[in-house]
Amino acid sequence: MSNLLIHYPHNNPSQHELFDAKRVVRPHWQRLLKHLQEGGREHLQQHQALLERQIQENGVTYNVYAEPDGTDRPWKLDLLPHLIPAEEWHLLASGVEQRARLLNAVLGDVYGPQQLLAEGLLPSDLIFGHEQFLWPCQDIQPPGGIWLHLYAVDLTRGPDGRWWVTADRTQAASGAGYALENRHLISRAFPELYRDLRVEHIASYFRTLLDTLAHQAPVEDNEKPLVVLLTPGRFNESYFEHLYLARQLGYPLVEGSDLTVRDGTLYLKSLAGLRRVHAVLRRLNDDFCDPLELRTDSALGVPGLLDSVRRGRVLVANALGSGVLESAGLPGFLPAINRRLFGEELQLPSVASWWCGEPPVLKEALEKLPELLIRPAFGSQSFQACFGPELTPTQLNELRERLCQRPYAYVGLERPKMSVAPIWHNQSGRIEARPLAMRLFAVARPDGSYYVMPGGLSRVAAKADAEVLSMQRGGASKDTWILGARQATTDPWQHVKPLKAREVVRSDHYLPSRMVENLFWFGRYCERCEGEARLLRIMLSRYIDDDNDPQAMQAALVVAEGLGLVPQGKTPELEQRLIRAVLDEDWPPSLRSNLQRLHWAATNVRGKLSRENWQAMLELQKMVLPEANNAESGELLELLDRLLLSTVTLSGFALDDMTRDDGWRFLMTGRRIERLQFICNSLASFISGPTVQDPSALAWLLELGNSSITYRTRYLASPQLIPVLDLLLLDDHNPHAVVFQLHMLIRGVQCFSERFDFPLEQTLSDLHHQLLKFNLDQFESEHSSAARQDSLNRLADLLRQISHSSAQLSDRLGLRFFAHIDTSQQTQSL
Amino acid sequence: MTSTRYKILHDTHYHYSSTVSLAQQLAHLWPRESLWQRTHHRGLHIAPEPTHRSDSIDAFGNPLTRIAIEKPHDSLIVTANLDVEVFQRPELDLNISPPWETVCQALSYTTGKPPDPSILEAARYRFESPYVHLKQVFSDFAADCFPPQRPLLLAAQALMEKIFDEFTFDPNATQVATPLVQVLEKRRGVCQDFAHLMLTCLRSRGLSARYISGYLLTQPPPGQPRLIGADASHAWVSVFCPVQGWVDFDPTNNIRPELEHITLAWGRDFADVSPLRGVILGGGSHDPDVRVTVMPLDEAIAHGL
Repeated sequence: MSNLLIHYPHNNPSQHELFDAKRVVRPHWQRLLKHLQEGGREHLQQHQALLERQIQENGVTYNVYAEPDGTDRPWKLDLLPHLIPAEEWHLLASGVEQRARLLNAVLGDVYGPQQLLAEGLLPSDLIFGHEQFLWPCQDIQPPGGIWLHLYAVDLTRGPDGRWWVTADRTQAASGAGYALENRHLISRAFPELYRDLRVEHIASYFRTLLDTLAHQAPVEDNEKPLVVLLTPGRFNESYFEHLYLARQLGYPLVEGSDLTVRDGTLYLKSLAGLRRVHAVLRRLNDDFCDPLELRTDSALGVPGLLDSVRRGRVLVANALGSGVLESAGLPGFLPAINRRLFGEELQLPSVASWWCGEPPVLKEALEKLPELLIRPAFGSQSFQACFGPELTPTQLNELRERLCQRPYAYVGLERPKMSVAPIWHNQSGRIEARPLAMRLFAVARPDGSYYVMPGGLSRVAAKADAEVLSMQRGGASKDTWILGARQATTDPWQHVKPLKAREVVRSDHYLPSRMVENLFWFGRYCERCEGEARLLRIMLSRYIDDDNDPQAMQAALVVAEGLGLVPQGKTPELEQRLIRAVLDEDWPPSLRSNLQRLHWAATNVRGKLSRENWQAMLELQKMVLPEANNAESGELLELLDRLLLSTVTLSGFALDDMTRDDGWRFLMTGRRIERLQFICNSLASFISGPTVQDPSALAWLLELGNSSITYRTRYLASPQLIPVLDLLLLDDHNPHAVVFQLHMLIRGVQCFSERFDFPLEQTLSDLHHQLLKFNLDQFESEHSSAARQDSLNRLADLLRQISHSSAQLSDRLGLRFFAHIDTSQQTQSL
Repeated sequence: MTSTRYKILHDTHYHYSSTVSLAQQLAHLWPRESLWQRTHHRGLHIAPEPTHRSDSIDAFGNPLTRIAIEKPHDSLIVTANLDVEVFQRPELDLNISPPWETVCQALSYTTGKPPDPSILEAARYRFESPYVHLKQVFSDFAADCFPPQRPLLLAAQALMEKIFDEFTFDPNATQVATPLVQVLEKRRGVCQDFAHLMLTCLRSRGLSARYISGYLLTQPPPGQPRLIGADASHAWVSVFCPVQGWVDFDPTNNIRPELEHITLAWGRDFADVSPLRGVILGGGSHDPDVRVTVMPLDEAIAHGL
C-alpha cells in the first residue's frame, strides 16, 4: 500500500468511496492511486500549489455574504477527483433523468390544472404556502412544455452504498460553471490519467443547453435568437460563475436594468438601440424577476417580464415560479406522484421525511424529534435547520410547541449519511478522508427529455467529522470523473453546426449600454490613476531627494493643487499632505479612492476583459496600500513605481489585447478625454507660473508627460521651454502630446458619428486647428518678455478651452449613449 | 330581493416632479361579479392615452387592467366610473358554524384523500402572503377570542370586535409597508392594517381568510351635503367556514358587511389587489392624489353625475 495512505482511516464506520467492505481499494481507484504513489508527495504538493495559483489567477471566487473584509474568496478545489465507474454512473444518470422529468411534470400541474392537489397526492400547503409559488404565473404555458430547463440534485451515499437525494434545485441552481472550471484545472493536473481513464467530457451538457434554448426560444421568421444571461450582479455569491458561463455559452451577461419591455416584448438596451431578446437564462430568483407583478420591492428585475412570458414572446429558463419545488416537504410525496403520472417507481431514494402538515405525521415526528434533523418547509421562514440530538430538553420542548403552532411549515428528516472520500491534504502531505456530497446537473433537450451532465460538482467537508457540507463553511469542491465511458473519438463540440463564410460576425451587436458606460469609465479611471500617480511620484521623489531647487518643487505643488490632487490646509507639513494625497480614503480625490473607483469599474466590465487583462487588474488590486497614519514617503515612492508599471500594463492591454469594437472605442475615448484634460490642465497651470524657463521644473514636466527619454535622446541637453512644449503639445508622434490626444479623440467621435449618428465635434476640431497653427517662435528670446508672457497666456487659455470642451464631450456622450440614467421606482395607491 | 345601487368615482392623479419615460401599471379598479353584487356600468378612463391596454382576469378571478405608457409624460390620471348594485345577503346564524378546531382539522391535509373543491379553493388563503406574516404574537393576541370549541364564526366576530375596541383608526400612524408587528404594538392604523391584522390572527391558527378591497358608503354629517371625493377605498376580510361558506367581517367598523360595502376584488392581501400599482422610469418624487366618491345612484342622478 502506498505510504500516502498510511494515516488513512480504514476503520471509519461510514461507507468508503475508496475501499470496499473488506477494506480493499476498489478497482476504479487503483489506477489513480498508483499514479499518485509514483509521483510521490512532493509532486502532489507542487500540483496543489499550481492549482491554487491557477485559481487565483483565473479569479475563480465564491462570495461569502458574511465576510466583513470584502466579498471575494478564492474557490477551493481538492486535487483528487471523485471517481465513479461507468456501471454505477448509468444507474445514477437514469435516476436523475427520471426525477427531472417528474419535477417538470409537477410544475406543469401546479401552474396548470392542479390535478395533483385535487387528487390529494400533493398537499396544497406545500404549494400555496410556499413563498415561491407565484400566483401571477398561473396558467402560463412555456414553450415546449418545459418549465425546468436546468435541474440540479444533491446526493450523498448512504451506508447501503446507494446514492440518496438530499435536496432538489429547481430555481437557478449554481455549480455547473464551477464544475466546468474544476474540470479544466484538474484534467490539466493529471493529463495522462485523464486520457487513460477515458473520463467523460462534460461540455455536451452546455452544448445541449445552447441547443435547447435556441430551439425553444420564440422567434419570428428567420431571426437568430438572442439569449441573455440575467445575473443579480457582482454581489451575488456565484457571480464568478455567471461571468464564466456567459463566456462559455456566448451569451451577453446582463442585469435587469439592461433590459426593458415594450409592448410585451423584451429588449436589450444596446449601444445600437433596442434589440429583441428571445430567451433569458436567469440566475436571479424568480420572485425578483419582475417588480411589476412579482416582488414589488425588487430593484433587480425587469418590469413587465412576466407579461412578456405570458404572451409567449420570450422564454425564461427556468420558468418563473419553478422555485416552488425547493421544499424539504416535497420529496416524501414524489414516489406516489411518479406512480400516478408515469406508472414507475422512483429510482433514486430520498432520505426519510416527516412533513408535519398531516396530524398523524406530526404526532410521529414529535415522538422522534430527538433523532431528527428539523428543517423549515419554506425558504421564507426565519427558522434555522437544527439537529434533534444537539438540543437540550428545554429546546426540544420549545421546538415541539413551535411545530404544533404551524405544523405544515416544518419537516423532520432522517439525518443524511455521507460516505468518505480521499482528499489531498497539503499541509500534512498525505491523503485524508472527508465526508462527501455530490451535485449532479440535468438539462432539458430540445424535445423535452433530459440529459445528465456526465460529471458534477462534488464537495467535501472541511472537517473529517462534519455533518453539513457548505462552501460557506470552508469546505472544498472536487472534480467528478465518470470513468471509462467515453468513446475514443468523442469530440466534445462535434455537434456544432459548421458556419458558412456569410455567417461570420465582425462585431458584438449586443453590447449593453451599461457595459459601454462602464468601459468608458474604466478607461477614464485607468488614465486618472496613472496621471495622478505620476504627479505624486514627481513630488515625492523631489521631496525625498531634497534637491536644491525649491522653486521647481513649489511649481509642481502649485500644479497639483490646481488639479485638486493635494489636500489643502489641515496638515501644513508637505510630507503629510503628500501621504494623504496618496492614501487618505476619506479624501475623495486621493489615489487610493481613485483606485477603488477603477476597481469598481473594472469589475463591472470584467466580462469584456481577457483573462490576462483581468490578472493585470488583479495585480493592481492586490497591491497593499499602507494606512495613511503609518506610511513613510520612501516606501510610498517605491509603491508608486510599481503602481505606475501596473497602470502602464493596463494601457498596453487596452491598445493590443482588445477587439476594436464599439466597447473598445468607448474605453479609448474615456482614456483620451481623461489624458487630454490632465495634460492640458497641467500645462496651462505650469506655463502660467514663474518657472517656465527653469530646467528642473521643465524636467519634471517632461516626466509628467512621460517624455523624458524622448527629450534626452533628441536634444542631449537639459530641458528648455520651446523643445519641451513642442514635444508635449505639438508632436503628433508622441502618444502623450496634446495634439495626439485631440487627433485620436476627433477620429473616435467621427466613428461614433458614422455608426450612431452622433453629432460631430466642431469645437474640438476648431481648437485642434488653432493648436496646430500655434507657433512656438513666439517664445524665442528675441521677443520682449511682455510679448512672451502674452503668448504664454494665450496658450494657457487655449489649453483650458480644450480641456473644457473635452469635458463637454464627455457629458454629451453620456447623455446620448448612457441615457438610461433614470431609475425605475414602484408606485402604489389606495 | 332588497338591493341598493351605487355610483362610484375613483380618481387617481399622479403629478410627477420629473418626466416619466415609461410607465407600466396594474389596475384592480373594476368590481368582480358575485352572487350579491352586479355591475351595470364600468368605465376606466386613462390620461395620457395608454400605448397598450389589456383587460383580463387575474389568478384570483378579479378583473385586472394592464396599462403601459411608452412615451414621456408628466402626469397620470386614472378614473374609474362605476354603477354597481349590491343585494341583501342571506341571513346567517353564526352559532351553527362548526367549532374552530374542527375547521382547522377540515382544512388540513390527509394523505391520499382528495380535498373538497371548496377546501382547496380556501387553501389559497390559509398561508403567509406578502403583507401577512404569521407569528406567535398574533396567535397570542387573538387567544381569548378562540376558547375551545367556540363556533368559528362567533370567534371571528369576537376577533373583529377586539380589533375594533382595542385599536384606534389613525391615517397618520401607518403606511402601506408598515409591518403588522408595529401596528399591533402601537394599536393604531387604517382599514388595510386592521384587515391584515385580522387575517394574520386567523391564519396563524390554520384558518382560511381573504382580503377584500372595496368601498364603503359613508354618511355626511347631518344637515350637510355629500362632498365629492371625500371618501376612500376600503378593506375588510372574509372568513371561510366549510358549512356557511365565506363570511365577511369589517374590523374597522365592527360590522358584517351588507348593503353598504361594495366589493372590488379579493386576494391573499393588499399586494394581490392594490387598486393601482406600477413601475415608472423617472418621475422623481410624487404622491398620488386619490379621490373616491360613493353615493346612492338616485342621489348621483339628482346631482347630474
